[in-house]
Formats: sequence, structure tokens, C-alpha cells
Amino acid sequence: MSLSTASAPVSGADRIDLVRAKALNIRRSAFTMVHEAQLGHPGGDFSAADILATLYFGVMRYDPDEPRHADRDRFIMSKGHCTGAFYSVLAQAGFFPEAQLKTYMQPLSKLNGHPNRNYLPGIETNTGPLGHGLPVAVGIAIAGKLTAKDYRTFVLTGDGELQEGSNWEAAMAAGHRKLNRLTVIVDRNRLQQGDRTEATNALDPLDDKWRAFGFHVEMIDGHDHAALLDVLGADPSGRDKPLCVIANTIKGKGVSFMEDNVSWHHGVPTDEQFAQAIKELI
Amino acid sequence: MSAATKTNAGLYDCRDAFSKTLEALAEADERVVAVVNDSVGSSKLGGFKKRWPERLVNVGIAEQNMVGVGAGLANGGRIPFVSCASCFLTGRALEQVKADVAYSNTNVKLCGQSPGIGYGELGPTHHSIEDLAWLRPLANLVTIVPSDPWETEQAIRFAAAYEGPVFIRVSRYPVPALDHKIDRIEPGKTEVMREGTDVAILANGVMLHKALRAAEVLAESGVSARVVNMVWMNPLDVEAIVDAAGTGAVVTVEEASVRGGLGGAVAETLALRRPVPMEMVGFPGFVPTGTVDFLFDHFGLTAAGIAAAARKAISRKG
Repeated sequence: MSLSTASAPVSGADRIDLVRAKALNIRRSAFTMVHEAQLGHPGGDFSAADILATLYFGVMRYDPDEPRHADRDRFIMSKGHCTGAFYSVLAQAGFFPEAQLKTYMQPLSKLNGHPNRNYLPGIETNTGPLGHGLPVAVGIAIAGKLTAKDYRTFVLTGDGELQEGSNWEAAMAAGHRKLNRLTVIVDRNRLQQGDRTEATNALDPLDDKWRAFGFHVEMIDGHDHAALLDVLGADPSGRDKPLCVIANTIKGKGVSFMEDNVSWHHGVPTDEQFAQAIKELI
Repeated sequence: MSAATKTNAGLYDCRDAFSKTLEALAEADERVVAVVNDSVGSSKLGGFKKRWPERLVNVGIAEQNMVGVGAGLANGGRIPFVSCASCFLTGRALEQVKADVAYSNTNVKLCGQSPGIGYGELGPTHHSIEDLAWLRPLANLVTIVPSDPWETEQAIRFAAAYEGPVFIRVSRYPVPALDHKIDRIEPGKTEVMREGTDVAILANGVMLHKALRAAEVLAESGVSARVVNMVWMNPLDVEAIVDAAGTGAVVTVEEASVRGGLGGAVAETLALRRPVPMEMVGFPGFVPTGTVDFLFDHFGLTAAGIAAAARKAISRKG
């Protein structure tokens, strides 16, 4: 079977509507999982939801029936704690039944707190400890060059995660090797587990850092589906550098009492909060 | 011994067997690639680099990225041999070895160069006497400690053919070629190098040679020592260990810390299956500076030291 972006070809406004609907589904699904498990990282699930929906329903080439197809585009969830959103998008994309989401973090579930490639299809590498996704993505991109394949490699990192030095080892290698089919997306919600990134160990000027490491940088609104589709969907063939998309996002995006509130990094909702959130997520 | 280069003294540097075998594999299979941290020379991969510059991925001095890149290359269908001084490969990048390679169960071959105290005078930062203890609990990670050039070649060939993560110690300490009675190494199967009934000496890597000499020393005083080649740390040959305890006394010998490596593995096995008096020969902690041979002598990693440990274990028999 040939690889294609999920769902029938659509364009323009229809594509944006599709991505918007999928992103909403991701948020509702992820928050339901977190509510039922009383565990998870919903703030980061919500900041990443639009990015994930765009990749899986507007940009990436894959076949859920052949998840390890040699020519597939690869996605690595380096912020591996945000499995509420990641499992939800994988289920919606057809990698496993959505009913399986109900087992999230239950004893012996395949839906571990952090993703495991040997448990579920669609997962490229086991993440969880931060700063692991980009080095693996760089290796995948090098393999693509060695084998003259045209697949793309995407990696989504948190912003606090960029305090891990391994990212910069990998960034240096990606820039040096001009891995133009590699795209790093930074979920720039400006909050890490305990505080604001800039109060903890400042990242700004973040765009300059990536440029200095040899990346082409785009800064966009990470909740703007049109902008995400435009930047992530652009053909990388003409570029001679890897791409870094700094997606400015809001942690907890979509639910009034969660937005930009550090306590929702791994906060879990009461029944009342859950009901309120689901009302807002329409 | 086709893959080895003999030195003037009739001894071999196992890195030569490593690099020549890897080149032979790369010649036959374009999926074979090497990943290094500016360690082309110390891994003896200059010839590989000359023949396949694109397939020699040098990430610079960045071990965490090096191991992650190895996992990514495996994802892209390559067979990466990640080669670097064992101290940095297993120490600096331990979490990558755990998460990206062992836990992810990726087809990455980790080659720990110059392990143990191979970098003698450079001191404990460059010694790798902890690697076996760090790696032994990592599920999925096949771990091999070859003793000579033939076994090193066998280990590299096994790793290339096997689908899954492998760690191989590649020693630089000059060793003779052993007289093996097997055609090829098989996972989890030890080789009895010498039969004996009074004590069993379980050794691997460079120390296997010294264990064999210790058995000769013991024989001179009428002590019959079995010598078992523990080339597989994982999977461990549990039955061979239990069988060795049938002699009534066991000695382990390793170019590593006595905490958590071969000695630890054998002690765990015997405690559960067949407790007998046991002695461990290895390093007690951080090792001072000195030539490799000085340090082996200083800490009793010698034929005489092993023989003394064997006599002590025998004396503790009930």
C-alpha cells in the first residue's frame, strides 16, 4: 500500500477544518484519559494538540496498517510525558483502536505513562527522559540521506526540555550535516514543571540559538492551524538546512482555568473541573 | 585467525580483529555503518573511513548524541556499530544506552573500546571497570566480553547477524590467541577451556589468559582447576555456573570492579542455586595510576593472585 497523509485529500479551508476538529478531539480525549486515570500531563497535552493534529492530518505520510513502512515519515514525541495527546492522535490516525485509550496508565496497560515502541504501533522510540528525541531523529535523518530516501523526520520537544544538553549535541550535528529533511518543533509554552522557563534557566533568544546551530527558524503561533500547515507542510527539498519551528503555544490551551497555569503541568481534574473543561472544549 | 594482526611478541590487539571484521561485514552488507565520537583512531576505523566515508558517522565529542544517532540509524534500517572508549560509551551515555537502545530494543551494536584499565596511566576517569555492573541489569542488552581476536571476530559477526541490542567489550591489551575447541560462539554458552575438579575459575576477557596460567600454577602443586570462559555476560550461562560449583569452590576473575560485574552475576546465581565458597578477583574501587601490567600486579590480577584466591576458596570448603 502506498503511503499518504491520513484521510482523503482535502485542501485549503477543508484541511484547516479537519485539523481543527482533530485537535479538539485530541484535547477532549486526552483530558478524559487524564481524568479517568487521575494521572497525566494535561497542560502539555493541550499546548501540543494543534501541532500533533497538523502533522498527522495535514502533513505526514504514513500507513497505520504498515507502521514500519521504510518510506514513512517519522514523528518522535520527545516530550514523552504528554502521552494523553500522543496516544489520542495515534488512535485517531488509526494505529490502534480508540477504545484502547480507556486503559491509559492502568496496571499492565500498553498505554504506559511514557510511550513504548514495542507496545504500540506508530511509536518510533521510547521517550520519557528528556533530551532523547532529537538525537534519535538526527540518526533517522542521516539514515535517510545514506539510503537516498525522501521521508521526513519530525521531532516535537518541550521548551523546558531544551535545557538538556543532549539536544544541543544533536542540533550541532544536524546543522553540520545540513539535514534538510529534519524538522524540530519546539512546543514553546514557556512553562516547565515548576516555573516559567525564563525564571528557571532562560531559553531566549531561542531563535538565535537554533540559527547559530545551523537551522532555518520559523516562529509561529502554535495554535494557528493555517500557519502550522503552511510551515510544516512546505517542501523541504529546496532548503539546505534543518528546520526549527518555534511554535508559540499556551500550556493548557483551550480550557480557561488551565491556560498558562503551571499547576496543570501534571495537575489532574476533579469531576467538576472535568465537566467544566469538556463544556469549553467545543 | 584471518582477522587478526599479530604483533612482534606474538600477541594481538583485539581492536584489529574488531576493525577488520567490521570492514569485512561492511563489504558484504551496505547496511553496516559505524558511529564514533571522534574515536576513529582509537577504534582503528581509519580503514573503514577511507573505504566508506559516508558510512562512518562521526558525531564529534558527543556521546549522548552518538548513541541516540545509533538508535536513529537502526530505525532507518542501518546496522550501526557505535564505537567509543567504553568509559564514555557506558558512563556518559548510560541513559541513552538504557532508553534508546536497551528499553527501546533497537538494533544497535555498542562496542566499548579499551575497557577495564586499558588506559592505565590515564586514571579512573578513563578506566571502564564499572561498565559491566552498569549494563548487566539492562534487559534486552546482549553483553559479550571476548578474550582474544578470534572471539572478538565471532562477537562482531554475531552482533551483525543478531536483531537486537548488543554490547561488546573490545580490548586493546595484547593477548595471545587461545586454543578454542568450538567453531563459533553461541549466545549464553560458555566454553570450558580446561577441565578440573578441585576448584572452578570463571573468567572472561583479558583475564581468561591469566586464569589459564593460574590453573597451570595450581597444577604444579597438585590442585586441579577448571577454567570456564564466561564470554557471555548476558545471556548468562547459569547451568555452567551451577555446574562449576560442583567442584566445591569458585573463583571469578574480571578486569572490572568486583562489585556488580561477573563476580556479582556468579554470586547471585550460586546464592540461589548452589552456594559454595567463592572468591572474587577484580578491582576493589578506583584504581591509581600506573601501567596496565603494574596495575594487574598491584591488585593481584595475575596468575599468582588468581591461584592464591583459588587456594583460599578451596580452604573454605566445609
